[in-house]
Amino acid sequence: MKKQLKIIAYCHIKNNTISINGKSIIAKDKDLSFSDFVKQIYKEKQLAYPKFFKMDNLCKLAFLTSEFLFEAAKLDSKIIKHTGIVLSNSASSLDTDRKYQDTITDKDNYFPSPAVFVYTLANIMIGEISIRHQIKGENAFFVSEKFNETLIEHYASSLITNKKSSHILCGWVDMDNNNYDAFMYLVSEEGLYNYSKKIIKKTYTQN
Amino acid sequence: MDALKKELKESIIEQLNLEDFTVEDIADDDALFGDGLGLDSIDALELIVMLDKDYGIKLTDPNEGKAVFVSVEVLATYIAKHRTK
Repeated sequence: MKKQLKIIAYCHIKNNTISINGKSIIAKDKDLSFSDFVKQIYKEKQLAYPKFFKMDNLCKLAFLTSEFLFEAAKLDSKIIKHTGIVLSNSASSLDTDRKYQDTITDKDNYFPSPAVFVYTLANIMIGEISIRHQIKGENAFFVSEKFNETLIEHYASSLITNKKSSHILCGWVDMDNNNYDAFMYLVSEEGLYNYSKKIIKKTYTQN
Repeated sequence: MDALKKELKESIIEQLNLEDFTVEDIADDDALFGDGLGLDSIDALELIVMLDKDYGIKLTDPNEGKAVFVSVEVLATYIAKHRTK
């Protein structure tokens, strides 16, 4: 039987603004580039995670969103380690694919970058979040034209119903050029907000 | 040699995205891997590309790479001896 699920917390990062549970907590100058924006956030939060600077922009966005979300959710580390992750986006890893292509297009200057190549897969962002929090739960990544809350809801419900994980980190993390949009939420059987695809759609578009 | 070592430190910081490091933070004999700068296997590949791109040195033997990437001091000595550009 399908269980009524709840949202523990949600985080939206867009237009150089970070909001938690619908409340804006950080708002930077809109003209700031994405790179400068995330660098400022990293330093202000004193993350002390040097690997952050080796990540591509998609991973940096996913990483920061999950940092704020897990902080807001205040979950026990044992629960976090078994959390499932279901993410999606529309541009896949195109932003980094182009950067990698730049390193191999000129035959006279052909130096493929290994450090860029490793990020030419969108689900690497799930890997980076998992490494950071030692998460070993199930995960899935989907590419769709728009945020498909129905697909995510089905998948998250299935993981919880089948006892694969008690908590699922869900969301949309999209990055292309300087345009980005990250919306993540934690779903479980207990939480502050009711969970349904309608509520998620409303929450995503309102924030 | 000092100019080459400084150039190498700047390249390593920039190309390996060592945001928290400055040239002054890296001693000539600091270990590049392990407890020193803490570089990883992808960084090693990136250093191999850097040697080829900037100095015309092609490293094909993994054991040679292990011996070359000990420190900036060792790397600079190797480059000075083998560079083709």
